[in-house]
Amino acid sequence: MTSGNLRKSRLLPGYVGLYFLFLYLPILLLPVFSFNNAATTTFPLAGFTTRWYVSLWANREMLTAAVNSLVVGLCVSVLSTLLGICAARAITRYRFRGRRAANGLIMAPLFLPEIIVAVSLLMVVLAAGMELSLATVILGQTVFCLPYCMSVLTAGFEGFDRSLEEASLDLGETAFGTFRRVTLPVVAPAILSSLLVAFTISLDEFILAFFLSGTEPTLPVYIWGQLRFAAKLPGVLALGTIMLVLSILLLTIAETVRRRAERRYATRGHAHA
Amino acid sequence: MPETPMIAPMIAIDRVNKFYGIYKALSDVSLDIVAGEFFSLLGPSGCGKTTLLRSIAGFDSPSSGDIRIDGQSAIGVPPNLRPTNMVFQSYAIFPHLNVEENVAYGLKRLKLGADEERRRVGAALDQVRLGHLGKRRGHELSGGQRQRVALARALVLRPKVLLLDEPLSALDKKLREEMQVELRSLQKAVGITFVLVTHDQYEALALSDRIAVMFGGRIAQVATPKEIYQRPRTKLVADFLGGMNFLSGRTIGQTGAGLTVETEKFGTLTLAMPEERIEVGARATLGIRPERLRLLWDDERAPHELTGKVVDRAYFGETTHLSVGVEGLEKPLSMIETNTYGADDLPVGADIRLAYDPDAFVLLADDPPVERVQ
Repeated sequence: MTSGNLRKSRLLPGYVGLYFLFLYLPILLLPVFSFNNAATTTFPLAGFTTRWYVSLWANREMLTAAVNSLVVGLCVSVLSTLLGICAARAITRYRFRGRRAANGLIMAPLFLPEIIVAVSLLMVVLAAGMELSLATVILGQTVFCLPYCMSVLTAGFEGFDRSLEEASLDLGETAFGTFRRVTLPVVAPAILSSLLVAFTISLDEFILAFFLSGTEPTLPVYIWGQLRFAAKLPGVLALGTIMLVLSILLLTIAETVRRRAERRYATRGHAHA
Repeated sequence: MPETPMIAPMIAIDRVNKFYGIYKALSDVSLDIVAGEFFSLLGPSGCGKTTLLRSIAGFDSPSSGDIRIDGQSAIGVPPNLRPTNMVFQSYAIFPHLNVEENVAYGLKRLKLGADEERRRVGAALDQVRLGHLGKRRGHELSGGQRQRVALARALVLRPKVLLLDEPLSALDKKLREEMQVELRSLQKAVGITFVLVTHDQYEALALSDRIAVMFGGRIAQVATPKEIYQRPRTKLVADFLGGMNFLSGRTIGQTGAGLTVETEKFGTLTLAMPEERIEVGARATLGIRPERLRLLWDDERAPHELTGKVVDRAYFGETTHLSVGVEGLEKPLSMIETNTYGADDLPVGADIRLAYDPDAFVLLADDPPVERVQ
């Protein structure tokens, strides 16, 4: 028994190391080759250059796609967070018939195959006679991002003690003043976190954008289109690196904000114990 | 303390009913609370005491009846416009604000100016001995400190009534006892009417000028702590406040203000007539507190004695609780003896003699059944 545990504990770090290598090495290759002074992604490296990054600035198509992504990302994060706030508040605050069912249905897109969702949305959009545009991408991605926003927001709202609002009213504040001075500041970290998570997901969402974007590509759709041309590969790598860094940055901020808010609430459990 | 105060009450609750669906949370509750009084609403969970407190605060509205605060009807008045402030069970300290900002929260709307505001916040914090912790946040405070912040935050607005919803229940026993003393002296210092909700009978006895005991949405008795303990009106009140030995008897006669009751083992007793008249010849329930029964040692004699056998005992440090079986009584009697003479050494099965005082018995009324609305 003891020797088995010992063997396991020796093998475990190796396994974990391999696991991380397999997971992150390909991603690490992206920034490495994006600085490589060659048009092909082969070793040995040919020397350091930033020209692929510089060339991005001159790429009008890419910049248009980037602006599209930004617009879509902002709209999706605001829309899905707004919808999420309403739903999360209803689900954490009130007990009503069908509460669990509603929650389940909102969370379902998380588990549905994205391509199925994309195809069915495309069918609906076409049947409704709508033009494919950024607006359709925004609507599709909002459905897709809502469960992520919901899970962040319900976690934040569940920690919200209703008596805080009552205390504010009791101390003479109006309902609107209570929302502004208590409710909003206390749930602000969850809302900010939800905005960032939705934006990040929208930024690199491909399938829905590919099906619903029509003639206005978002960045992932643009990247997919460029992969057919070998010469464009280094530029794509540079762009990918920028998106990678941006995503990591945004998610780190979102998680930091969420944890700080969580710590604030941690002591309330004590008082009840 | 008079039963019905002569001066106009600070809070007048007038035939208040509250229904939640088929559940009657408050049933025809009428109550006057005097200005400057420390008043407690005592009862088990679900008895309606919190609903009543929240109705005074404005968070719940009665289905019928009137609540007047300082002479003004509060029906339809939102909580922010009532001259009451509340200390919540969870304290509800705003987590995004520090202690000073929490206390200043309600003052902000009064636009007192920075200097006056700071002075009043400082004074309120000093009053609860938290002057040195003004910059801390809620999560950096202990349970007792959080409670003081909640107190300061409410008192700084100089309300006419301070409402306290089980403010001590989250604290451990030792801290709770300290805070009881502090709460009592704070109330005497500020002179504001305090209304406390609690399920802890000792807390209510120790703190209050008067207590209302509630069961099933009704008020069972309103009286001073001493009166509630010594002269409980009903069986439930007697049972909820400390231990009680219940006996059954039969009324056999009436002499002036007294009622003669015949009992199984305690002979014929003459007791004060309770509020509700009891007919001669009716069955009656009597009670006697465990500490009013006394062990007789060696050849000590008393005018009223019984013999019995110890059937169970529990050691409580300064006292021992004894269960004494007496032949002819359905249930064993419980007794509380101080351990000064060696009650803690009495073995189970020991034959003992006990003395009782016939004046220590109280006649207890039956409680009304809990009502459900269809």
